[in-house]
Amino acid sequence: MSTKSRDKRQQMLMLAPALIFLGLLIVVPFFMSIGLSFTDQRLVPRPIPTRFVGFTNYERLFDDPLFWKAVGNTALFAALVVPFQLFISLSVALVLNTALPFRGMFRAISVFPLLLPMSVVVAIWAVIYRIPTGPLNAIYQFFAGSEAYIDFIGSSSTAMVSLVVLSAWATFPYQMLIYLAGLQDIPGDQYEAAQLDGANAWQRFLYVTWPGLRNVNIFLLIITTIQALKLFTQVSIMTKGGPNGATTTIIYYLFQQGYTTQKVGYASAVAVIFFLAVVSIALLQRIILKNEGET
Amino acid sequence: MRRSSLPLVFAGITALGVMLPLMMMVTVSLNPDEQDILISMGSIKSFIPHEFSLKNYADIWLDPQQPFARTMMNTLIITLSTLSLSILFNSMAAFVLAQGTLGLRKPVLLLIVATLAVPAESLVLPQLMMAAWAGLIDTYTVQVLPGIAHAMSIFLFYQFFSRIPKDLIEAARLDGFSFFQVWRYIAMPLSKPVISAVAILQFLEVWNAYLWPVMVTRGPEVRPLTVAMASYFGTNQRIPWGDVMAFSVSMAVPVIIFFLIMQRQFIASVMNSGVKG
Repeated sequence: MSTKSRDKRQQMLMLAPALIFLGLLIVVPFFMSIGLSFTDQRLVPRPIPTRFVGFTNYERLFDDPLFWKAVGNTALFAALVVPFQLFISLSVALVLNTALPFRGMFRAISVFPLLLPMSVVVAIWAVIYRIPTGPLNAIYQFFAGSEAYIDFIGSSSTAMVSLVVLSAWATFPYQMLIYLAGLQDIPGDQYEAAQLDGANAWQRFLYVTWPGLRNVNIFLLIITTIQALKLFTQVSIMTKGGPNGATTTIIYYLFQQGYTTQKVGYASAVAVIFFLAVVSIALLQRIILKNEGET
Repeated sequence: MRRSSLPLVFAGITALGVMLPLMMMVTVSLNPDEQDILISMGSIKSFIPHEFSLKNYADIWLDPQQPFARTMMNTLIITLSTLSLSILFNSMAAFVLAQGTLGLRKPVLLLIVATLAVPAESLVLPQLMMAAWAGLIDTYTVQVLPGIAHAMSIFLFYQFFSRIPKDLIEAARLDGFSFFQVWRYIAMPLSKPVISAVAILQFLEVWNAYLWPVMVTRGPEVRPLTVAMASYFGTNQRIPWGDVMAFSVSMAVPVIIFFLIMQRQFIASVMNSGVKG
């Protein structure tokens, strides 16, 4: 009997640290975030005590054109980067899944960008984008036949696309490796059967590979979209939300409001909206893809 | 013939797409002359080194404001502390949830998995207020704390521990092992693949961390590499491209070497991280 109670105590002690840290650093801040969004809390305490302000923060938030611009920019970024990045990841995975000479070397090289911290990737692409004589401008000048150059980061029409290309380059290996795992799970005899039926390479992709990747696609669509919605580091280092707010994202807006100008209450409303957006997109994609699969 | 060469061409294009920016990074980092860097841009000379000076490296390694070695040490301290505490606490908790006898294990596990839905970005403001109350701004501790309890790690450990045969655990208990000792001497030695998977996945997160360290560090003392890099990109200042690229190379090379040694485990960890999601 005493061993049994000692046993229980041991188990509780082993479970406690993880639960305490999860509670203090995730559960408590989560509810604080919701609570703070109904107050006028500042980051640095003021002489005037914090007040409950009801839905004022949400009302002001929905009236702020910059917030809607941030929402629009974030949606635009996700709409561009998700298909672009998944297309690259799947293409590279398909190539690396063939019997290729030097396959190990090619696979190792394609993983390199994932190893670089985002800040390093931003620095490298800053050289490409910001130096007027950079490689992209050299190509542009060659084809345009002029001395004019594009200020990729400085002009609002190209800044977002520049971030899309940079971000896809930085993180495509993750999705590529998961596609590769998915491709290896498709049974080889399905391809043999398709080949016997006279299916060409495109038909084999369409009728064997693509349906076989269904679950992988759902998973990657969700995580890549959520990853895109969190866009911050690239913006914070490279564009600072500019030019003219063209690359201000939701998280960058949250950072500006809550940290730079210290309006924690107001920015908490942004955090709550962001949380709801992430959760509902994950649910929405699951529902849509589920229905599609059943018809 | 054509059937086998087409994938090779695509693989070559991919490798080039990855390698060209990296070659440019190395080339620029070896060029001591800022003027020459700008002039060489846009030609093949921006990808193949024609100068071999370590001046830029000397600049950043001997920078009195933020010496590179110090910043690298900060990142290493934060990363290693986070990973070791995370593996210790999360594996213990997962073992209790998978093989323990406490009630409510399933609901607790569900609750832990549910926290995965909360994006870390939506929690930073209350976390920052708590850190300020606790007087932890500008410390290593504040940068380690958010990564210690890691729901994804608990889940991965849980999956692995659930598959350990009950017989094995019962046999050890009959030999007089306590529950803790079973975790320590049986479960953990078996879990090397999960430990490396969990460590690699969380390493990528901590190594990349930016939003949180920007908020909780003020000066260069405890600042990690990612934040130090960003300090080159302040507004209205000329960016010393040679130094920035030397900084990038110094940051990238250790991880790439580590990856080349651990390649098999690394790729396996990332590949498996998706299937169960």
